[in-house]
Amino acid sequence: MRVSVDTHRCCGSGQCVLAVPEVFDQREEDGIVRLLDHRPPAELHADVRTAATVCPSGAIEVHEA
Amino acid sequence: MTTAHPVEPLSFPAPRGACPFAPPPAYEQARREQPVSRVTLWDGSQCWMVTRHAEVRTVLRDQRFSSDASLPGFPFVTDGRRALANETISNLIRLDDPEHARLRRMLTADFMIKKTEVLRPRIQRIVDDFLDRMVAHGAPADLVTEYALPIPSLVICLLLGVDYVDHAYFQERSRVMLHNHSTVDQIRQARDELTDYLQQLAERKRREPDDGIISRLVARGELGDDEVATMGLLLLVAGHETTANMTSLSALALLRDPAQLARLRAEPALVKTAVEELLRFLSIVHSGLPRVATEDMVVGGETIRAGEGVLCMISAANRDEEVFATADQLDLARESRRHVAFGFGVHQCLGQPLARVELQIAVETLFRRLPGLQLAIPYEDIRFRTDMAIYGVHELPVTW
Repeated sequence: MRVSVDTHRCCGSGQCVLAVPEVFDQREEDGIVRLLDHRPPAELHADVRTAATVCPSGAIEVHEA
Repeated sequence: MTTAHPVEPLSFPAPRGACPFAPPPAYEQARREQPVSRVTLWDGSQCWMVTRHAEVRTVLRDQRFSSDASLPGFPFVTDGRRALANETISNLIRLDDPEHARLRRMLTADFMIKKTEVLRPRIQRIVDDFLDRMVAHGAPADLVTEYALPIPSLVICLLLGVDYVDHAYFQERSRVMLHNHSTVDQIRQARDELTDYLQQLAERKRREPDDGIISRLVARGELGDDEVATMGLLLLVAGHETTANMTSLSALALLRDPAQLARLRAEPALVKTAVEELLRFLSIVHSGLPRVATEDMVVGGETIRAGEGVLCMISAANRDEEVFATADQLDLARESRRHVAFGFGVHQCLGQPLARVELQIAVETLFRRLPGLQLAIPYEDIRFRTDMAIYGVHELPVTW
């Protein structure tokens, strides 16, 4: 699995951080998404998919590979 | 494909049914039979109502459905809200990107999870203090005025840098602004008084800065005091009415469901999941999130034309059986993260991390410290806020 984020789309709701804090964080200055791990380990895949689903602005893309 | 519409569109808002925690039966029926349907508003105008989880997400995530209340066709559910939208500086919930994003990004850092988690001990002290006072006053007590309302009110005051001693002043005016039966003149007056109050506060912060949000907005130098006041007003009103009503309605829902309450008491760690489920189950933002289409769009098989209004019913979407099995049951251990109680799309609630922390602490503390908590009046006598923009109960008399 490969993850990418779009910081222009992101509205800083923090849903992704709530779902998988190991993979997503928010920038100190404006709360916009910061990707910590673009190739998360298998045990986090389900939560990463949830993060992409609940992201209100559609800023997270998950490429399954 | 366009399906045939009933001759008579549903009159909006529809009345609630026998269960005060459930959305109006007409919305649930619409979700099952015609999830994108026409409704008639108070002024005789018509717009669309979207009730299914999938379509609510689609509309709210697509910015071709605009939040700009100055656009023709934007649906207003009361005359008061229409009057407000046409007279004031638009706050960010009624603006589209990029202007919306510019304003929102001035606030996102203050409400992000890391910041609100740091506030936990402080919020716990505030919650314990108000509960101590309520207990000291003795039973019966109104849980709304002595516990549910003052907690988020004090917290948002601390964050904004507003003096809590003035809380009666802005609580009364917030109430007028959010009351569906307030006259346009009453709403105007309440808004003007609150805006003046906040504008004076912004001027004072210019002279005497502190580390509150209002002061920092002023210090950025990008906004006039009137714009800071508009933003402050949004945060102040949104910050206490919503969490307050979720707290008291959650307390009532749990008192009415002893099995679920026992489960929460036996397993306090369940509180985070429980709060998500209560948000889903109660969906207190009950009057529909308004948008207007800026181009022709096909949603759920219906064509919504440019210039037509849409109301997204998050209460109905959160009871969608296709997403939440046995949706009409409160199940505190349920996986309910896909709920849309905070809305969806770029306008999704900015303060949700704060609301979560407040609710988790307020609910857990209340039932832990008052094991004998019960209603002080018959359940049938409780007045529900069907007449307010934010649903809940007007009072919740309790003993313990």
